[in-house]
Amino acid sequence: MSTPDDLSQSRYSPVADSGHLLPNLILFGRLLRDIGLNVPAGAMLEAVIALDHIDIGHQQDFYHTLQTLLIHRTQDLSPFDEAFRMFWRIPRNTRSPQKGLAPPKGPPQTQGNTPSGQISGYPADTSTEPTLQGDPTTTLSYSTRRVSRTKDFATFSDAEMAEARDMMAALKWTLGMRLTRRWQTGRGTAIDLRRVVRPNLKFGAELITLPRRRRRWRMRPLVLLCDVSGSMERYSRMLLHFIHTLARGFEQAETFLFSTSLTRVTRQLAKRAVDDVVPTLPRHVTEWSGGTRIGEALKRFNVDWARRIMGHAPVVLLISDGWDRGDPAKLAAEMAHLQRRCYRLIWLNPLLGSPRYRPLTRGMQAALPWIDDFLPVHNLASLEALAAHLNDLPPQRTWRRQQGLQAMPRFTATPTQLPH
Amino acid sequence: MTEYGLPSSIDSLQELLDRELYVADRGLATSIYLALRLGRPLLLEGEAGVGKTEVAKVLASGLNTELIRLQCYEGLDVNHAVYEWNYTRQLLDIRLRESDNSADRSNLTTDLFSQDFLIKRPLLRALEAPGGRPPVLLIDELDRADEEFEGYLLELLSDYQITIPELGTISAVTPPIVVITSNRTRELHDALKRRCLYWWIGYPSFEKEHRIIREKIPEAPTRLAEQVTRFVQKLRTAELYKVSGISETLDWMAALVALDRQELDVETINETLGLILKTQEDLAAIGGQQAQTLFEQSQMPSESVQ
Repeated sequence: MSTPDDLSQSRYSPVADSGHLLPNLILFGRLLRDIGLNVPAGAMLEAVIALDHIDIGHQQDFYHTLQTLLIHRTQDLSPFDEAFRMFWRIPRNTRSPQKGLAPPKGPPQTQGNTPSGQISGYPADTSTEPTLQGDPTTTLSYSTRRVSRTKDFATFSDAEMAEARDMMAALKWTLGMRLTRRWQTGRGTAIDLRRVVRPNLKFGAELITLPRRRRRWRMRPLVLLCDVSGSMERYSRMLLHFIHTLARGFEQAETFLFSTSLTRVTRQLAKRAVDDVVPTLPRHVTEWSGGTRIGEALKRFNVDWARRIMGHAPVVLLISDGWDRGDPAKLAAEMAHLQRRCYRLIWLNPLLGSPRYRPLTRGMQAALPWIDDFLPVHNLASLEALAAHLNDLPPQRTWRRQQGLQAMPRFTATPTQLPH
Repeated sequence: MTEYGLPSSIDSLQELLDRELYVADRGLATSIYLALRLGRPLLLEGEAGVGKTEVAKVLASGLNTELIRLQCYEGLDVNHAVYEWNYTRQLLDIRLRESDNSADRSNLTTDLFSQDFLIKRPLLRALEAPGGRPPVLLIDELDRADEEFEGYLLELLSDYQITIPELGTISAVTPPIVVITSNRTRELHDALKRRCLYWWIGYPSFEKEHRIIREKIPEAPTRLAEQVTRFVQKLRTAELYKVSGISETLDWMAALVALDRQELDVETINETLGLILKTQEDLAAIGGQQAQTLFEQSQMPSESVQ
């Protein structure tokens, strides 16, 4: 092991003295938590116990022991790896020589006062690992922020985009909770009759303890529908990062892109980085051009997909500027259909950020009556507001207007459009 | 016929289905046959009303065995699917023992958690069915149950056994014939699919649907049955939110027979459209002029050969 170098002032430097394993372990646990991994205290305790059973002089065993006890999600593996290497000072090439990675050259640059979310010497860019559940603070990256929160996405440079991406990932994204029909034990109003008998046997026949049960809450599923037509082009790259961040942060998320047609990209987005995702999409989806027929795209969604993925009252985010070249009546009908099948229909419009903007386009006018929330999505401040809004979704649905028969348009039956 | 009276070939299975008035494609018959022979669960997916549940029913009656049905719903748990302790009886029993002072209370726990107080739910009943003929276990609309329940099914479907902590592991004497259906309102887990034979039941062809109508409603006028089939087939090609299945066709046919219609006309279609289209938007789209167009198109001779 190398002697402590200039990292020694950092709060994360291990105490380089044998017999100090425990403090070092605890310090390491704190480092993992600070970079956004979820390391419960119990796991740390187990790790300490487990180290008694292995030869801690054996580096590989030590690494694997900590990994298996502290990490529970695949996406946490690479941050853990990085943190381990940095903290315990293992040159890269000792563990993965086949990758031909060079050992870190020279001392990592150190800042005098390290912000609480940043680790000196630890690469600050954790962009591929959105720490969604990990970090409850929304202010993680702001201390090092260079990009303005109110700057329009359309004017972002590449560097700003990268930084904005990290900030987006640091935001806490949750959706409203849904009360399921499933019961679980716990404090509740209902008595759990099933479990009444056994604990009371020791009291003879008297029912002294009454176990309770309650309904379980689950987070709502998320459905993302994003317009990628020509008029959205200025925003499309940033929005792709946005939906990528969202889609990866939720257990149940479905993502669709639409312009003149609708494409499901859920599986593609499960891959690591957005830049790897884009080339895998069909060409016609990503050419960012041509007009959009929102009504037609929504219809495809309603007919082909809605029954399969709209099961548990999802929150639907529809991202579009409302420039629709299709039939407004059709758009209205599809919006109404969509709204009735979801818990909340939120339309995000990048143009809404401009104070002069009025939703006067025919498409927007047709869609507005069927939207629960009409929000801007044009800068980081608006994303923060959106995150806050989603966190606070009430358990009840919003009031919605009834749909009149006369508002319904007639479809034209064209068999060639059918997928089957 | 092989052991337990299972069909010995695909042909004999098809005969069995025919006897039960179930019209099955060769592909479906093959899947069922293989599921029976290999003792594996059969997972049937398809749109509503295409006859998934019916497969289990005709198998049970055709093989002359018991049908045990578990209807899935959100929140379905082990206590409703597998077993439950009869806690009211347990409590009563404690009271009785108390009044009878002479009773021995030392082995109260073992007494209270014994077979006498066990309520058997469908899955346990399917395993405990007396030897000889295996029952047909129908797990209906599994997509409605939570994913947690799906996870529970894995043990049952791979080993045909259930563990009750107080009683131990209960294994099936004769593994049941398991039919699982799903409407595909969500994707089932791969681990479950891996354990099953899978078959997708699609909408029927003209010939198949016509035959189903003739078999199920033999009193229907020949011409009417043909017209209805053609119209429904045409209707399925229209842009609809909810396409009607065979069960709707049969309902409609029965209704037309009850109305004493000999032939289909646009007026009748519009009056009875609610029997095949169950979405307000679809009704609005197809009713009136569109129904006329569809009807005329469907009855054109060029459409008759599919």
